[in-house]
Amino acid sequence: MSAVFAIIRRDLLLAMRRKSEVLTALFFFIIVVSLFPLGIGPEPALLRKIAPGILWVAALLATMLGLARLFAPDHADGTLEQMVLSPTPLGLLIAGKIAAHWITTGLPLVLLAPVLGIQFDLDSGAQGILVVSLLLGTPLLSLIGAIGAALTLGLRGGGVLLSLLVLPLYVPTLIFGAGAVEAYISGTGAGGHLSLLAALLVLGGFFAPWATTAALRIALE
Amino acid sequence: MLSATSLSCVRGERHLFDGLDLAVGPGEWLHVQGENGAGKTSLLRILSSLSPPAAGEILWRGQPIKTLGEDYRREMLFLGHHGAVKEELTPLENLTLAAQLDGTSLSEADAMKALARFGLRGREDLPVRFLSAGQKRRVLLARLAVRQATLWILDEPFTALDVKAVDMLSGLIVEHVTGGGIAILTSHQSILLPNGKVLVL
Amino acid sequence: MSNKIVNWFKYASPQSFYPVAGKMIPWFWVLAAIFGVTGLWISFFVAPTDATQGEGYRIIFIHVPAAWMSMFIYVVMATWAGLGLALNTRLSGMMAQALAPTGAIMAFLSLWTGAFWGKPMWGAWWVWDARLTSALILFFLYIGFIALQAAIDDARRADKAGAILALVGVVNVPIIYFSVKWWNTLHQGASVSINKAPAMATTMLWGMLIMALAFWMYSIAVALTRVRAIILEREAHTEWVKELSEVKQ
Repeated sequence: MSAVFAIIRRDLLLAMRRKSEVLTALFFFIIVVSLFPLGIGPEPALLRKIAPGILWVAALLATMLGLARLFAPDHADGTLEQMVLSPTPLGLLIAGKIAAHWITTGLPLVLLAPVLGIQFDLDSGAQGILVVSLLLGTPLLSLIGAIGAALTLGLRGGGVLLSLLVLPLYVPTLIFGAGAVEAYISGTGAGGHLSLLAALLVLGGFFAPWATTAALRIALE
Repeated sequence: MLSATSLSCVRGERHLFDGLDLAVGPGEWLHVQGENGAGKTSLLRILSSLSPPAAGEILWRGQPIKTLGEDYRREMLFLGHHGAVKEELTPLENLTLAAQLDGTSLSEADAMKALARFGLRGREDLPVRFLSAGQKRRVLLARLAVRQATLWILDEPFTALDVKAVDMLSGLIVEHVTGGGIAILTSHQSILLPNGKVLVL
Repeated sequence: MSNKIVNWFKYASPQSFYPVAGKMIPWFWVLAAIFGVTGLWISFFVAPTDATQGEGYRIIFIHVPAAWMSMFIYVVMATWAGLGLALNTRLSGMMAQALAPTGAIMAFLSLWTGAFWGKPMWGAWWVWDARLTSALILFFLYIGFIALQAAIDDARRADKAGAILALVGVVNVPIIYFSVKWWNTLHQGASVSINKAPAMATTMLWGMLIMALAFWMYSIAVALTRVRAIILEREAHTEWVKELSEVKQ
């Protein structure tokens, strides 16, 4: 297990040393979300209605940005080979890398979402549900995304291909995540959505590192 | 201790080698030679279990490495073309984190000692990207010195090293082999080390 | 028993599968034609005019079988892919690769005919109905699979990477379908959902089943033709391919 924490610590350390990548994704999120009112108009009732969808789609795209760089640097400098050859099971190391990816890209989005929610006139209850849904959903985005990142590792046009592979798989997360906030606003309660999101997270946490590991081994062969 | 029988390697449609046998025991080292594109790197990657052979079997202490898995990898150290050295991290961080990923721990004092041995004293806390190419390779060599492994598989370890570093590395390999270790390496230069075998692809 | 396994593995090699497939293809074409003609005849001349939907409903004789096939082919593709990963047989990957374009065409056909059906029925080319939306996402999954395989030069890596994607996809398809359905019921007001046709006439059902059989036979014939092409391409360097009469000329 110490190897898992070691790799999380290493990736966080690397993220600290090249802050620009983390900050770029974060500002992308902020800018995309802020563009919608400019495109649609400032009517509060309409904005309140579309806010969950916009925040979630923007979170999805912001996660996509860093995804191509999840394994690419490790692949380029040979670290990935060493990880495959490490006595520690590769699945654990990959799980650590995915966790680090979430801490650097998903978690900031979760923390920032309430601030952006204010732009859309969301009340505090809806804000809370938004944060919880993102807290459950963004790890899932990192998990599913890691599979795509591993499959497209080292391919030409990898970045675009990655979004083609991953975005359709993001559909359930988007539906349950944005749906939770909408359901709360419309008064039907967000419980069902959130528990389904949690169930997906458990499922993804179990299968995604495994599939990612298999994909990485193939990429390195 | 490491033996391989009738290995073959296919890249795309080309057969790089077929029916290759080799055996290396404790206290021996193997120099893999061959033209560019003869399959030296492919052979080392197969021996390190990174890629599977198209046919044939590799045994470590009499057991197939496929079934040994982690037990084989614990005793084996592979250095490829890329050093697995992170540019943003300092040599010290590189060494300690690499050890932790392998599931072992490396004290700071030991790491400092290994770095000092390779002439990196005073640069322990400088991110690697500020070091010269030769110094970067030395960070890598320091890793050889601290990692406990019986079998070393080194792909072109002498590249980008100055004369002094070549001597250091040779010394390291001799030390490893005379201590009962095994080394398999590729190199374009001829290497004068005792107890060597040569395999020409 | 063990004899049987040996037998199957014999046909799992591209070399022995190639001539077998070649012999089977004409038969599947004949069957496809027979079922196709019968099915179309039933759908246009035998099946009665629908009480509520008029003549326009007849597009379901294409639409429904295409939608069935698009889902079914994905499952078959994923099965081949899983077999390929588990048993490391070359033919499995080739089969998966050969099936993907047919599956994509079926998904596209079901979307296209769905739009043609939708225009007279609901007055819109596209409605965000649960089934249409799932079909659209399934189409994207096919495109992703094809694009991934096309981007990888090494055929073996392409097979394996595609296999993992297909398996991930096949796990996700039910989840996607369920989530889209859930999403659709929550937004009832915003869209129109297809109501099940009230008690479909038996002849309609027969027509649909026979058309489905025709689509099956067509898909098998096309996939086998494609897999033969893939075998030739990938095994071009081998002796047995060079010996083939169609290659020698």
